[in-house]
Amino acid sequence: MPQPKKKNEMLYFMLRNAKLRIGVAVLLIFVVLALVGPLLTKYQPRDYVAPGVEPPSSEFWFGTTSFGEDVFTQFVYGLRATFIVGLIGGGLGTLIGILIGFIAGYRGGIVDEILNMFTNIVLVIPSLVVLLIIAAYLEVRGFLFESIFIGFFAWPWAARAIRAQTFSLRSREFVDLARLSGMKPLKIIIKEIAPNMMSYLLLVYILQFGGAILTAATLDFIGLGPTNSVSLGLMMNNAVIYSALFLGMWWWFIPPGLAITAIVGALYVTNVGLDEVFNPKLREM
Amino acid sequence: MSLQVENLTVYYQTLRGDVHALESTTFGIADGEIMGLAGESGCGKSTLGNSLILLKPPMRFVGGRAELDNEELPIWDMEKMNNFRFKKISTIPQYAMNAMNPIRKIGKMVSELLKSRKVDFKSTLPELKRRLDLVELSHDVLNMYPIELSGGMKQRMVMVLSTLMNPSLLIADEITSALDVSTQKAVAEMLVEFRDREFVKSMIVITHDISILYQIADSIMIMYAGKLAEKASTEVIINSPRHPYTKLLISSLPDIGVKYSQKKLTGIPGKPPLLLDPPTGCRFRERCPVAFEKCLNEPSFIEIEKDHFVACWKEFEKNA
Amino acid sequence: MRRYFGRKLLIYIFTFVLAVTIDWLIPRFMPGNPIQILISRAGLKAESANLIYSYYIQAFGLNVPIWQQYLNFWNALFHGDFGISIWLFPQPVIQIIMRAVPFDVLLLLPAILVSWFAGNKFGAYAARSKWLDNTISPLGYILTATPYMWLGIVLGWLFGIILRILPFSGAYSYAMMPSFSWAFVGSLLEHWILPFASLFLVMFGGWAIGMRNMIIYELEADYSHYLEALGAPKKLIRQYAFRNAILPQITGLALQLGVIVAGALVTEIVFSYPGIGYLILQAIQNHDYFLLQGCFLFIIIGVLLANFAIDITYVLVDPRTRTGMQGEG
Repeated sequence: MPQPKKKNEMLYFMLRNAKLRIGVAVLLIFVVLALVGPLLTKYQPRDYVAPGVEPPSSEFWFGTTSFGEDVFTQFVYGLRATFIVGLIGGGLGTLIGILIGFIAGYRGGIVDEILNMFTNIVLVIPSLVVLLIIAAYLEVRGFLFESIFIGFFAWPWAARAIRAQTFSLRSREFVDLARLSGMKPLKIIIKEIAPNMMSYLLLVYILQFGGAILTAATLDFIGLGPTNSVSLGLMMNNAVIYSALFLGMWWWFIPPGLAITAIVGALYVTNVGLDEVFNPKLREM
Repeated sequence: MSLQVENLTVYYQTLRGDVHALESTTFGIADGEIMGLAGESGCGKSTLGNSLILLKPPMRFVGGRAELDNEELPIWDMEKMNNFRFKKISTIPQYAMNAMNPIRKIGKMVSELLKSRKVDFKSTLPELKRRLDLVELSHDVLNMYPIELSGGMKQRMVMVLSTLMNPSLLIADEITSALDVSTQKAVAEMLVEFRDREFVKSMIVITHDISILYQIADSIMIMYAGKLAEKASTEVIINSPRHPYTKLLISSLPDIGVKYSQKKLTGIPGKPPLLLDPPTGCRFRERCPVAFEKCLNEPSFIEIEKDHFVACWKEFEKNA
Repeated sequence: MRRYFGRKLLIYIFTFVLAVTIDWLIPRFMPGNPIQILISRAGLKAESANLIYSYYIQAFGLNVPIWQQYLNFWNALFHGDFGISIWLFPQPVIQIIMRAVPFDVLLLLPAILVSWFAGNKFGAYAARSKWLDNTISPLGYILTATPYMWLGIVLGWLFGIILRILPFSGAYSYAMMPSFSWAFVGSLLEHWILPFASLFLVMFGGWAIGMRNMIIYELEADYSHYLEALGAPKKLIRQYAFRNAILPQITGLALQLGVIVAGALVTEIVFSYPGIGYLILQAIQNHDYFLLQGCFLFIIIGVLLANFAIDITYVLVDPRTRTGMQGEG
């Protein structure tokens, strides 16, 4: 019986994995909502659309805030913000993590010691508190800033994981073989090690993505998010400050948090599913 | 007969279907016999060893039976087998060097294991110490963590532990593979000593290294692609094998002191068949130098001489 | 062991120095002048404003060269002087913080410990049977993906507004003064339940998932197979797996401290619970940079101490650290 080709095999397992299907499905729903949502609404997040405190209706799907803003509009624009921060913040964190983790793992020795110590130091400091201090002093904060800051503090996790993976790959036989055959180090990295790391890097990125979203939500909630745009965390912040709880305006604070929970949860589940696909040992019978 | 196995068939469940790892194996081992089990990687020897003591997923019991000391081994039932494990049938696993809990002192682990198996540790301790002396391990190891022992020491500790209850059958799986040659000799000799002192009645020594078997085994059984090829006394297998595969195997062993320029190393051309969908008939047919039409049928494992079993049509014809 | 602790100590010292430097650095290099803001709020005449301005500059030590300010900062630190609060002038920052600390300890210590123990237990159960796994795992993933503040909001809304059985603001009834009476303790507990629950649930999910994965990994280890082959009962194998799996969970706790701090912060904000988190919010809103700095340092010190405590615990629990460090046996 002919063996299915490697690429097709991977696809086959991906499609069969329940966790992957669920996770990706949920993510897709929200991505589509984030992309298409703003087109479905004719308002801007801060527009006055109706006298406030309206529950969801056929006209205002998610109701209105205390100030008469359309919650649905805020929601979909906030979704966009969430995804962008996850993408950039998570991406930056992964990139820095790759750089530091890979160099530490590949070179070893004193380079590894120094980088490791550096990683541990940044790891111990509660990143949120530093972010707070920095953000508190900035008068105007943009999206990009938030993403970059988050990325700058999220990398230790990625660096650790990648370093460990690099260690284990570096000592594998096929790398030794390549080295013995006289391949240049850079070539070894590109041709032998990188392909084996790709799947792992994807897993790391997914987790970084999720973490960035949660960090951003926290920052936004405290009121230190971007000053000029709306986000899911900010919606919750507003809801709490303007007594949405007392007034029973559940449509204001339930959707943002629910969305974050769903997206981050889907990311985690996707992560586990992908891990099962990449590591046959984890696959269930 | 100490061990009697009849038509034992065990498959591996995979997402692509069942791998026919062990097909209708029938053989017997006498009391006090050390039988070597040899063959290429993937021939099923480890499967055979494992199925007798720990048959768990992804292995699947398909059929056959095994009897130890005239008692049936319920190898398909994980629970019921516990009555036999450690006390009647035991194993020194392939991973012996990692077999002990890294965060437990060895003595503590042994006492907890014995207690859980309803064996009194205190009364067993003197015997345990005697055996440690036998394998040249200080009694202090009982107070140490596995990380403090060398590979060879860990192996010897596992050997002592596995045979502590004087099992009828010991399955030693590739226990010399990770060792250097002099340690290999020591460990192999220890195995024989265990048998001579009747700590163990019979043994199955699984290895791909026939030279070890030559030193310690009474008989050797050769497996190929999940089926038994030949079983006979060590002397016969080494000097006058009958099965074509065995012949090629023995002749491909390098001789000591011979240079490559004088005599080239020969292997056996070709590869063993995939067992996901095994070929019909004799599984060695594709690589066999003397295969003929009859080989399209599956040969049985037949005793052609006293205590000499073979599964080959050509050899059956010679006998007929 | 000496090497292990020596290295850790080095990291802690570096971290502390880095943190203090950041803490000292940020206010001085950010736009905005806190004294100016303070003065402008008082709405004084020009000369009085200038006088008070120069007084404050001196009081806050801003009139000496930068490097001296840095050293003064360290000096003050070692004297337990975190400066004077701007918002609650003239209360010393340290006093304000110390008032908040007991509430944090009351909230965080039980939340962390109970969620860790319970989470590990349930994670172990999940690794045992398929159907337990199918219920506990999804729950765990959902919980750990839930943002702390949202869970706080939902719980507060549910129990505070809809069901009206629990309060969701403050640490004790506003009508009471702290005292050693049962009424006060009762009120304290009442106000404590919701913030505790929202912290507990999210952390619980995380630990349960982590432990489940660790145990499955241990059950696949060689020593587990060996025990099985020797007929050891499942109970013993599970016991060993649990003991082995706890170790990475201990280190995991140390790694999660940053996240837990963040979680406590927002939870306190949601429930107006007067811990350091709530203090930080008020400091930000009132531009009280000195209070902010003090809180930051306090949290860092707390995290470092917690890390240290966990390191000691780990050494006590993992025998390999002791023997391995002492060289070959």
